[in-house]
Amino acid sequence: MMEKIICACGHENPAGTKLCEKCGRPLTEQEQKSKVVDMRYDGIAIRSKTRNKSLIDKIWNFFSSVKVGVSLIIINLVAASIGTIFPQEFYVNVSSIADKATYYEETYGSLGKLYYSLGFADIYSSWWFQILVGLLGISIIVASIDRGIPLHKSLKNQRVKRHESFMKRQRIVAEGPITDGDASKTLDLIEDKMKKLKYNVRREGSAILAERGRFARYGPYINHLGLIIFLLGVMLRMLPGFYIDESIWIREGETRAVPGMEGYFLENEKFILELHDNDPTESQVQQGVNVVAKNYQTDVKLYKQSDDAVAGQAENLELVKEYSIRVNHPLQHEGYSFYQMDFRLNEIKTMIFNLTNKETGESLGEVSIDLTNPQDEYVIDDKTKISLLGYYPGFSGFKDGVPQTATPTPNNPAFIFKMTTPETPDGEMSFVAIRQTIEPNGENKYKMQFKSVETRNMSGLTVHKDKTIPILIVGGIIFMLGVAIGSYWNHRRIWVEQLQDGTIRLAAHTNKNWFSIKKDLNALTEHVSLPKYIDQLDEAAGSEQNEKEGDNTL
Amino acid sequence: MDKKKKRSITRGVILIVLVAAIAYTIYNTATKDKTELLKVGDEAPNFELVDLYDNNLKHRLSDYEGKGVFLNFWGTWCEPCKKEMPAMSNQYAIYKEQGVEVLAINISQTDFEVKKFIESLDVHFPVAIDSTKSVMTAYNVDLLPATILINPEGKVEKIITGEMNETQIASYMESIKPE
Amino acid sequence: MSLIQISGYLLYAAFVAYLVATLLFGGAIKSSKPDGAAKRAEKWGSLAITVTIIGLIAQLGYFITRWIYTGHAPVSNMFEFTTAFGMFIIGAFILIYFMYRIAALGLVALPIAILIIAYAAMFPNEVNPLVPSLQSHWLTIHVITAALGQSILAISAVAGLLYLLKDVDPKIKGKGRFCLEGVLYFLVLVVGFVLITVVFRSMGYEAVFNYVNKEGLEQKITYNMPAVFGMNEYTLLTDDVMEPLVEMPPVINAKKLTTVFWSFIVGTVLYLLIRLITRKRIIEMLHPLVQKVNLSLLDEVGYRSVLIGFPVFSLGALVFAMIWAQEAWGRFWGWDPKEVWALITWLFYAAFLHLRLSKGWEGRKSAWLALIGFAIILFNLIVVNLVIAGLHSYA
Repeated sequence: MMEKIICACGHENPAGTKLCEKCGRPLTEQEQKSKVVDMRYDGIAIRSKTRNKSLIDKIWNFFSSVKVGVSLIIINLVAASIGTIFPQEFYVNVSSIADKATYYEETYGSLGKLYYSLGFADIYSSWWFQILVGLLGISIIVASIDRGIPLHKSLKNQRVKRHESFMKRQRIVAEGPITDGDASKTLDLIEDKMKKLKYNVRREGSAILAERGRFARYGPYINHLGLIIFLLGVMLRMLPGFYIDESIWIREGETRAVPGMEGYFLENEKFILELHDNDPTESQVQQGVNVVAKNYQTDVKLYKQSDDAVAGQAENLELVKEYSIRVNHPLQHEGYSFYQMDFRLNEIKTMIFNLTNKETGESLGEVSIDLTNPQDEYVIDDKTKISLLGYYPGFSGFKDGVPQTATPTPNNPAFIFKMTTPETPDGEMSFVAIRQTIEPNGENKYKMQFKSVETRNMSGLTVHKDKTIPILIVGGIIFMLGVAIGSYWNHRRIWVEQLQDGTIRLAAHTNKNWFSIKKDLNALTEHVSLPKYIDQLDEAAGSEQNEKEGDNTL
Repeated sequence: MDKKKKRSITRGVILIVLVAAIAYTIYNTATKDKTELLKVGDEAPNFELVDLYDNNLKHRLSDYEGKGVFLNFWGTWCEPCKKEMPAMSNQYAIYKEQGVEVLAINISQTDFEVKKFIESLDVHFPVAIDSTKSVMTAYNVDLLPATILINPEGKVEKIITGEMNETQIASYMESIKPE
Repeated sequence: MSLIQISGYLLYAAFVAYLVATLLFGGAIKSSKPDGAAKRAEKWGSLAITVTIIGLIAQLGYFITRWIYTGHAPVSNMFEFTTAFGMFIIGAFILIYFMYRIAALGLVALPIAILIIAYAAMFPNEVNPLVPSLQSHWLTIHVITAALGQSILAISAVAGLLYLLKDVDPKIKGKGRFCLEGVLYFLVLVVGFVLITVVFRSMGYEAVFNYVNKEGLEQKITYNMPAVFGMNEYTLLTDDVMEPLVEMPPVINAKKLTTVFWSFIVGTVLYLLIRLITRKRIIEMLHPLVQKVNLSLLDEVGYRSVLIGFPVFSLGALVFAMIWAQEAWGRFWGWDPKEVWALITWLFYAAFLHLRLSKGWEGRKSAWLALIGFAIILFNLIVVNLVIAGLHSYA
């Protein structure tokens, strides 16, 4: 059997109750001895404190404890702060894992090496950090269930009349005859006045309970609910389909399939970088912040395939949207967002050469090679033409006499030309790279003289879809609502009882902001000519309270 | 007593659910990098690409139903891609008769580069260019070379990243050849 | 006179007003004589708060004129943000003053705000154009709300300090006395920083160096104080100035270290002078001034300001920050150091509230917690901005 505490008034209270649920008599020895009772949770039995038997109950009790909760907050706080000692690895600009390890060691010495090897460089996605946050989540849920439900019951079933021992042990008390007027009207006057002060007033015989802002007590539970919904949203992100985070590089003029967004294509029309016309300050240069930038912008067109199309079919695209993506102004479409993240300027797009006679320096004509679409032959006139035999965008050297390319991007373009002119009808071969020309069949008469380039920019965008955002928003709103309710409102209660001889016994309690309830009481005392109340805590602290600063200027 | 038992069960259920949620989150984070959009056994995404040499010839995966399809993603700058091509060409000559199709998909390079490259290697199998990287995206190809084996039922049989030698190529083609 | 000059003068005016108001608040609490002392104190008090309000209006004038001039809310660099933070502390103090009418609060709140504004003035106050990511209305909304929340939270530290000044007996040796004196010593160090910066600035001291940075690139740096610590592989370019004594590795910014060093030296000398001249600890001097304050009322003020500030801080530093981050970068949370420290601040005050509600940590413990909370806020303002570089690094 569960142990019950039977109060002198006859009410059965669950074990662990501090103040009788019905009349308010202090039930524990500690409460009976104290001058001012502990009104937290209104003296209810916190569920888990009452029983402690099975393993489940023990675990439950562990998480229900505020001490554990606060410890978890502090542990999370410390863990989070460790992650800021050195930059996290996702802010470090190196690619491979081996590079990262050496980066930390080279930049921060042996401490950096230790930091990296302990996994602190990616602390926030480590399993143990997630466990810490998870434990805190469990603590929030369990503690709220454990306290919220009984508190709600107790607040709902409040009695108007409380026992003397309860009243006398409140922080603010008053007892005595009224100082002026008709004692038989006192209760009516109190009721009127308290109603005017926007209290809810209940009266039972010679007792009054005036109460205001009870909902403030639910603030903490509401904000905890918001936090839990938020954490749930963050967790849902892990489920497939809820969260997409892809990046995409597009050069000007290119159209690319959008990763993670089936059937959609994005065309980069133009990338724009605008600069402020001031010089960066010294500190900005030091930090490597590109502070002079004014605008990063990509003008794009978003296309959609027809419904029956499959991957690879890039014809008959339907234009969905034209937009200028800027920082802080993402392109949004059907839950997807495109963000401006990065850029690379001036990639070679077209190279222009002059077919030049080496001796005379005379030009036979110009050849413009579009690197996005090189041709086999460039005809200048009927006897003069250039054949393109090879194109190597990222020329990296020869292997077995064959030019190699290291990348598909034109970082270091190289060509093999065959130049046919009236003077050299059989054609001359020439290998042309930047600052390098090789003429395999002996000295040529003509050369492809580099004239100029046209460039284009490349824009780095990220594609995001996050279905959890609405959940996070709901969680955030509930949280803010709960915090505001819990912080800006308070639960004030005033109990009054008129004894048989007409004297008044009064007690008052608020969960916070004693200053304001005292203001209400001052107004009440004056209006009804009640005996002067005392703050038992102030009395305990020192006597001449009225002379103290602050109190005389209410 | 009954009430007490009920409460214990409720508490137990709540705790288990919460712990399971945390465990699932951690598991997901730990395996996040390894999850692939495309897995063995999945339906291979349909696609259509234009042949490198014949603008009227379209390679559409659904047209190859009943055949095994050997999809090879490559680029001219990729050294291992280049190395495995002759072997692919040899084996294709053998398995073509047995109902295996090869398609070498170049990642968004120019016609000129691709043609010159294929000609220089003297290999013979259908080639197409994925100029919008659309097929590459659909197949979640990240590193080259990547080869995807599709069986006659249109399901992904195997995903191979990295270079293959001729024996491997032969056995891969063997594995997707129709009965 | 241009708008930016007007703005500058208004800030000076505010600064002077705060100084005067501090003295007036001093008059408002010195009421030891029984006859009519309370009345006199009240008079001083209302005068003091009037001057404070005039100062706040002047500073608001600074804020608004600078806003008009630059075209964006002046909270985009270290000078602007810190100045605004000082202003909001004054605002929060005025709010609390009208709720509780405790003149002694002004005696602590105003000097702290003055120190913060003076500290801000040590940073370059040039007007910088905004980088693209800052060009958003959320800059205004997020930063102002966050700073407002922090300032209200700061008032709890003000109340806490006042509480401890009365509560801690300067005659009894102990941890409390040592730590509280330490807090005051820190305030003297800030004065030292301001002093030494002003002195060398008025002398026009300059020493230019070349050095090699973390990425191995050669860069130039100008010291405005005699270089005690040299940057990595430095070469001195200015004639007739002090050569650095020690060279630092590339991860350490030797210029900032030098500033810290000088502030420390000057502050310590200053502190020792105070001790030598008065033959007293600073708390011993302040202790008698605060005898009249009501401890339980101060405790309530401290708690109340956390209650008022916490939701504002949550909204500004977390909720609005997330909304903006989502809009600018597509991820509402990026574990940037500044973000993490905002979270830490938030967690700390959450712990504060739980301890107070459920564990009954009131009075002295609560006052110490409030001071620690303010220390975290200052850490986030100073160390995170200047030492740990991230998306938010100003200056």
